[in-house]
Amino acid sequence: MSRTTLDLWVGVFVVIGIAALFFLALRVGNFAGVDLSETYTVKARFDNIGGLKVRAPVKSAGVVVGRVDSIVFDTHTYRAEVEFTIATRYEFPRDTIASILTSGLLGEQYIGLDAGVDFDMLGDGDLVQMTQSAVVLEKLIGQFMFDRAGAAND
Amino acid sequence: MTELLRNIGSMAINGVWRLGLAARFFALLLRYSGQAFLRFHLTIREIYYGGFLSLLIIAVSGLFVGMVLGLQGYETLQRFGSGDALGVLVALSLVRELGPVVAGLLFASRAGSAITAEIGLMKATEQLKAMDMMAVNPIARVVAPRFWAGVLSMPLLAAIFSAMGVLGGWLIGVVMIGVDEGAFWSQMQSAVDFRYDIMNGVIKSVVFGVAVSLIAVFEGYDCSPTAEGVSRAITRTVVGSALAILALDFVLTSFMFRGQS
Repeated sequence: MSRTTLDLWVGVFVVIGIAALFFLALRVGNFAGVDLSETYTVKARFDNIGGLKVRAPVKSAGVVVGRVDSIVFDTHTYRAEVEFTIATRYEFPRDTIASILTSGLLGEQYIGLDAGVDFDMLGDGDLVQMTQSAVVLEKLIGQFMFDRAGAAND
Repeated sequence: MTELLRNIGSMAINGVWRLGLAARFFALLLRYSGQAFLRFHLTIREIYYGGFLSLLIIAVSGLFVGMVLGLQGYETLQRFGSGDALGVLVALSLVRELGPVVAGLLFASRAGSAITAEIGLMKATEQLKAMDMMAVNPIARVVAPRFWAGVLSMPLLAAIFSAMGVLGGWLIGVVMIGVDEGAFWSQMQSAVDFRYDIMNGVIKSVVFGVAVSLIAVFEGYDCSPTAEGVSRAITRTVVGSALAILALDFVLTSFMFRGQS
């Protein structure tokens, strides 16, 4: 086979391969999703993070605005310290409430941000003061059972 | 009894010796790669024979694997009332695991065995020696282009496999079974991360490409120059590549996806 035909077929092969990669990136993956190239980092302390994991989404009003970066246990306050990044184009007031929510009944957990009313905005490295822990199903059921037992005794 | 122990010992020593030889061969291969790149059309030729001609088998197998994933995945998911998540299941299992691994296995048995056979036969018919006599380095002229062609082809083939698989899953899930098309794609897109899932799959396929190509050229170059030796070398290529792919896949997966999601 002559060299030019060979080059042509190899070119076709490379084009198909790269087209497949683009298909995976754009159609299958969320490459065009939330742009997290410019971000700022915010910290929050929770009493209980439940099943929150690193890379879990941070949502506000259901829209993904960032991702969880790291989760560590703070030995001074005995609480979980969660660091998450938010895209720079989303700004939140200083009195924003961060809560750990669950998508669906058994879905993965994420951080929900409820914007406050302050005029100052959160900056890089700030601490979100008001937080709400994850709902632990066992505790909830235990409380419910306890209440029922108390009601039955009255 | 002593005979048995002696055999086991010699097998172990032989294995380590061959590993050392392969490492030295790899170093030599990298050293002469520059020389091979100066005549890049040799590599192009090998990409045609190794990569382009594998396209059909890769595409067809990818389609069928995706279709089977669609059928089996739907069967299981609909028991939990989450048939809509079929796209996630198909895409994640293909992009993370099945794409690189199955494409690697197919590539090893289709192209790797051919490379070993070609180099082995060249050695048996003393073509490699003849090249050496003419001051043509056989590693730069014969071995390096085949190696680099394999390394370059593997990621492309794995991507094509995954893409065809997703199309196969879509064909079964959406067109035949009737999963909602919007849910299929949108759930897939929100679950598959470009950097985390797709790029790790690409990294895997590059590693498998290096492993398969190295095993193929080494076994060919190292075989005993007889008809029996060549056939044994081909068997060793296919078996060794398959084991290397599966073992490397385990190691890479435990590095990449360790309990993070």
